[in-house]
Amino acid sequence: MNGDNFLELRNISKRFHGVQALKDVDFELRRGEIQCIVGENGSGKSTLIKIISGVYTPEPGGTITIDGVSQSDITPAKSTHLGIQVIYQDHSLFPNLTVAENIGIHQHLETGRQFVNWKKLRQTARDAMSKIDVSLDVERLVEKLSVADRQLVAICRAIAADARLVIMDEPTSSLTRQEVDALFKVVRDLQQKSITIVFVSHRLNEVMEIAERVTILRDGLKVATFDAKDMDDHKLGFLMTGQEISYSALTNGFNREKTILEVDRLSKKGNYRDISFDLHEGEVLGFTGLLGSGRTELALSLFGMNPPESGQIRINGETVHLATNHEAIARGIGYVPEDRLTLGLIMEQPVGGNIALTVLKTLLTRCNLIDSGKQKAFIDQRISDLNIRVPDAEVAVNTLSGGNQQRVVLAKWIATHPKILILDAPTVGVDVAAKSGIYEIVKRLASHGIGIILISDEVPELLSNCHRILLMRKGRLVGQYLPSEISEKELGQKINEG
Amino acid sequence: MKVSTGTVRFLKSSEFYLFLVIAGLGAILTVVTEDFFSLENLFDVLVSYSFLGIMAVGLMVVLISGGIDISFTATATVAQYIMASFIIQHGGGWWVAFLIPVTIGIMLGAVNAALVYNLRVHSIIITIATLNVFYGVLIFVTRGKWIYNFPDWFAEGYSLFDFSAADGTDYSFSLSIIVLLAVFAVTGFLLNRTSIGRQIYAMGGNMDAAKRMGFNLLKLHFFVYCYMGFLAGIAGLVQAQLVQTVAPNSIVGRELEVVAAVVLGGASLAGGAGTLLGTILGVTLIAIMQNGLTLLGVSSYWHKIVIGMIILISVSITAYNRKLEERRHAEIDV
Repeated sequence: MNGDNFLELRNISKRFHGVQALKDVDFELRRGEIQCIVGENGSGKSTLIKIISGVYTPEPGGTITIDGVSQSDITPAKSTHLGIQVIYQDHSLFPNLTVAENIGIHQHLETGRQFVNWKKLRQTARDAMSKIDVSLDVERLVEKLSVADRQLVAICRAIAADARLVIMDEPTSSLTRQEVDALFKVVRDLQQKSITIVFVSHRLNEVMEIAERVTILRDGLKVATFDAKDMDDHKLGFLMTGQEISYSALTNGFNREKTILEVDRLSKKGNYRDISFDLHEGEVLGFTGLLGSGRTELALSLFGMNPPESGQIRINGETVHLATNHEAIARGIGYVPEDRLTLGLIMEQPVGGNIALTVLKTLLTRCNLIDSGKQKAFIDQRISDLNIRVPDAEVAVNTLSGGNQQRVVLAKWIATHPKILILDAPTVGVDVAAKSGIYEIVKRLASHGIGIILISDEVPELLSNCHRILLMRKGRLVGQYLPSEISEKELGQKINEG
Repeated sequence: MKVSTGTVRFLKSSEFYLFLVIAGLGAILTVVTEDFFSLENLFDVLVSYSFLGIMAVGLMVVLISGGIDISFTATATVAQYIMASFIIQHGGGWWVAFLIPVTIGIMLGAVNAALVYNLRVHSIIITIATLNVFYGVLIFVTRGKWIYNFPDWFAEGYSLFDFSAADGTDYSFSLSIIVLLAVFAVTGFLLNRTSIGRQIYAMGGNMDAAKRMGFNLLKLHFFVYCYMGFLAGIAGLVQAQLVQTVAPNSIVGRELEVVAAVVLGGASLAGGAGTLLGTILGVTLIAIMQNGLTLLGVSSYWHKIVIGMIILISVSITAYNRKLEERRHAEIDV
């Protein structure tokens, strides 16, 4: 074993019910380095983490060496003892307990300790926080903290448990840009204390920013470990998926003559103020801004779930008052929350049922029962329109290829005849290959004449998918940009200003 | 004037609101009834609700852990029945009268714990089932026969600090009051000062996280349900001593009253929340309300309606406060 390495894995394989999750993976971590593990869903990232943390045992033949000592049967308790701490995506905190108790929770588990020493617990918490220059009220309940602060508590807990290796699973997925910067500072502080850090992330641009080395997994195999400076997100994407992924820019135009939605000086106290814009047939309109800029509140107002206090909404020239989402749906407005575009399928149910699900009301007989003849005709029509390749409409969705599944989603949304579709962060938590599928869906929906409002944090996504991009800040519209006239860097800066 | 953060926290707590409600209700009852605000009446209320208070404390611990137990009334009944039969046939003393019900309570609690932990079915389903099983077996074996004829030492009871009030009535800290206070003290210490108590809070707050942290969930389940059983056994003893009768149907049926008191006291059915003070106040509210209605001569059918209304109002206020809180959090600087 190389003396610089904190951890070495050799020939690690793991198989679940015939599925090879990891195959002959070698992996090493240098003392005090920041390394990222990237890979698509199902590439084996989480299996690898669970082997390091002792949740899974590797198959015979694999070896784990930690700090120069070969560990044959590693358990969660043993890995904790060796200083390995995993910070899961949900942080695994106790919302009903105080900051101090969460950070010092290991004290309750010490063998031989029957009673609580509250003074020592608070001191432990303060010590851990001061190591990374964090100061939170130790008496505050964790449920009252922001997501970013909760993450700090989770990190402090790892420090308080004498962590030597901290593994963070998707640590940035629900943070704003400023919070990510703050987190990276904390991570570098940890590195100063010669703690080794492993990041697992989907967000390749962030990976490149913080990592010194990157390990790429694909289909349970390790592709390679690279120095981060030799990589860029394009190369990473290629290595992760094995295919050249390029997002084709938006080429199809839209109907400038036909305005389907006009929003006029819409205001709601505490949410947003004086918002005016319009949306045309077949247009993809991007909305961006930091969390708290009011963009989701605005979107919910358009969907009838957060009625505005003043201003007007006109659909096809007609003034509407959307007091409930029922009215919004009746007006042809659809709202798809985060990552529901693909989750909107019932995977075990047949293709036909999925397509007809949202429009069952239109397929009823006079006695309000489903007219199976009408339903079948409707489904067959959709399947042939969209060229979905299925033996028949009765096969379950989960037997289809990814591309065909996406066509089913498309069919489902087109079936409801929406005029306006609001997509709120449609690719959050989605891996690279699935992202391009979602972009394809968005383009095709737009080409059917649907006006789309795309809310997103990701600058490249906005630039390659939108006709126009509107920027919100503190509840106001502060800018409008055309993708052809602004660079990725400029737009990124504008979003994070002020 | 400088106010400590602890005081502020208390003034904002649900316990404080509950305290105000109780004070208000007490004031009204003092004015409209003659007997409510008398040492005799308040002492009676304390004595006769002590066994409900004991069970409420046990249930609170289960709720904090993220579970619920409905079967404790059956546990208490089985425990007191066996204890009563034993001391009548074989004699014995206070130690026997104490050890028998608590052993039975712990055993039945262990049955609940094993089922809840291993079946991974919600504890409300399991304990409704075990309530019926425990109670059904008791009725089958005993044919529902009532028990009287306790030995003299049991009928006389056990008391400390006898004293006479100005009007000449004698009072004393009887068995029920002593036990109730001891249960409060032990449970308070357990929840706030011991590692296992804190682990119970943590498990109720986030079961998955507790598992990942390496908590011994099996041990915690056993502890919680057995503690409930232990207290149900004690409550069975206290109630039997108080009424000098063991009737199989006198405690069973009152479980929802106890659930109501504990939930009123701020314990959450979702787990992780609950305080001893809250539970004490919750039981107090239920007790003085029933007492007040009785003194006012209101039919006992109304008691149930009023309890139901109070629970609805209390959870509505909690839900409304949570909504306000969320709105405050969502506020954006415009």
